[in-house]
Amino acid sequence: MNIFVCVKQVPDTETKIIPTADGSFIETNSIKWIMNPYDEYAVEQALLVQAANAGSTVTVLRVGSSKDTEALRTAMAMGADEAYLVEAQDNLDSYMIAKALKGAIAKSGKTPDLILSGKQAIDDDCLQVPQILATMLNMPSVSVVVNYEGSATDITVKREVEGGALEIYGVKLPALIACNKGINTPRYASLPGIMKAKKKPLTTLSLTDVGVSDADKRVKYSNFQLPPEKPPGKKFDATDAAKMASVVKEVVGLLRTEAKVL
Amino acid sequence: MDFTLTPEQLEIKDLAMKFAKNEMMPRAHEFDEKATMPMDILKKAWELGLVNTCIPSEYGGNSFSAIDSMIITEALAYGCMGMNTAIMANDLALLPIVIGGTDEQKKRFLTPFTESYKIAAFCLTEPANGSDAGGIKTLIKEDGDDLIISGNKMWITNAGYADLFVLYGTTDPTLKHKGITAVVIEKGTPGIELGKKEDKMGHRCSDTRAVTFNNVRIPKKNMLGGLNQGWKIAMKTLDHSRPMVAASAVGGATCAYDHSVKYAKERIQFNVPISSHQAIQFMIAEMALKIEAARLLVHKAAWLLDNHQPNTLLASYAKAFAADSCMQITTDAVQIYGGYGYSKEYPVEKLMRDAKLIQVYEGTSQIQRLVIAKEIFTR
Repeated sequence: MNIFVCVKQVPDTETKIIPTADGSFIETNSIKWIMNPYDEYAVEQALLVQAANAGSTVTVLRVGSSKDTEALRTAMAMGADEAYLVEAQDNLDSYMIAKALKGAIAKSGKTPDLILSGKQAIDDDCLQVPQILATMLNMPSVSVVVNYEGSATDITVKREVEGGALEIYGVKLPALIACNKGINTPRYASLPGIMKAKKKPLTTLSLTDVGVSDADKRVKYSNFQLPPEKPPGKKFDATDAAKMASVVKEVVGLLRTEAKVL
Repeated sequence: MDFTLTPEQLEIKDLAMKFAKNEMMPRAHEFDEKATMPMDILKKAWELGLVNTCIPSEYGGNSFSAIDSMIITEALAYGCMGMNTAIMANDLALLPIVIGGTDEQKKRFLTPFTESYKIAAFCLTEPANGSDAGGIKTLIKEDGDDLIISGNKMWITNAGYADLFVLYGTTDPTLKHKGITAVVIEKGTPGIELGKKEDKMGHRCSDTRAVTFNNVRIPKKNMLGGLNQGWKIAMKTLDHSRPMVAASAVGGATCAYDHSVKYAKERIQFNVPISSHQAIQFMIAEMALKIEAARLLVHKAAWLLDNHQPNTLLASYAKAFAADSCMQITTDAVQIYGGYGYSKEYPVEKLMRDAKLIQVYEGTSQIQRLVIAKEIFTR
């Protein structure tokens, strides 16, 4: 099987996010990058499917800046065979990323039997790339998948829906499966794995190579800013019964005029 | 000059830190209380290649540079200094084989450690000889093609679980360091008698015991570097192991520092976080500068090793400074936590107990200063 995994590099969850002075993006220089945690499940699932289907290859794809290749190196250290990086700014919109990924798959010369990704990236939380890519490739897709079973041609996946219920889908491959937490436990990249990853092929492509141009831009980011600081909470003194009536009146009034919830 | 780690070293550090934070830290308190070896965690660390970093690739290891192994040790000690001792003791015991063993001995003794998780114990200290290592009394007698070993060893890390003992004895105590001989003794050899597990102040999960060798007979092919050649091997081992122990002090100190910074931002006194008080700021600034300085000493000691230059002086600088800094930093961490710091409900009192041992084992802080002074006055 030709298995592809789409990964994104996102700021470490402990990173302090600072918008750039002009508001066009966030400061990227001071960021420690990690692989998007949901994508780790996708890499692990790819390796599990590969182990169950002898002769399969796992190819990792990423669109983003080449300054740090953490996510791709980690995926190869975990066991993926090769990687493609489409060099681009880190703030392309979902459509451009999906189109670039499609182009990278074409450049690899391999026809995908299975594409895996995380259900969403934890930085911009768009939740769009998997579905757009599947549509572009004219293949079925299932997202928020927490269970994966099956052969090289037919699989059964379970996806989580509101309220904790599960939907069960029978899917014919090729398909795109976007993984959620719970589908597996991602392995650590072992030290021998890290050493071996150095020798695995990492191909760098440009946006032009994969047929993406500015004309593909669907979203223009106008301004990045931090959410407004939360005002401090208000305390009411209702320690004795005498004050109670006036406090209740005040709270109800504020809920009407300030919070506007009544 | 270049202070940057390579991309691979950054990945090694990330992996080791991830392991320390996800697997070791959450269970450090539990194993400190139970005082038992965390075998599942140690085995998992071995599976990821974090154990036995000294084994060369010819014998199935990873041929890590000294800097690489410092990075790994620092991270693992960040997770738990006690668990790291159990891991690091393997390197300490296997290094004499790496340094003084023949090709045949390396294949016979090192390769099995790369095939499954095995445990090694380094036996130098005796009830009456710690710092005065040249004065050890465990006797090694020749008997045809065999050697017969008799004597008592003390404070032996990993002893209760060891598959292999690497022991320093003497062919004649009056020869002092000129009689020191290193041998490898396999588990199950008749005459090995284990003492009870020591009930220690810190590093409680690591298994420390006295070991008695009652006329233990081993073949001469288990001797490292020939009769009376052990001292040189021991000294070279220390050049590797002292920076490693220093790295573990940096890891433990960094853990105490991270806890302190976090707590200082959260704890409110006089209506402001205590991080706004200069008294606390100064303690934390002191921690940060000592950690950085200690790490630089460790890395320089390792860099000299990797570049085949003498590093005995730097190894002692690193060991003394890192261990003493770790003690100061973990003590201040308890101070910053105040009453909470003294309680076992919070993580810092364990760090303070663990730190103390680093000033004691692998050459006390005083012995390091003796080594340094000797280098100064005899050069």
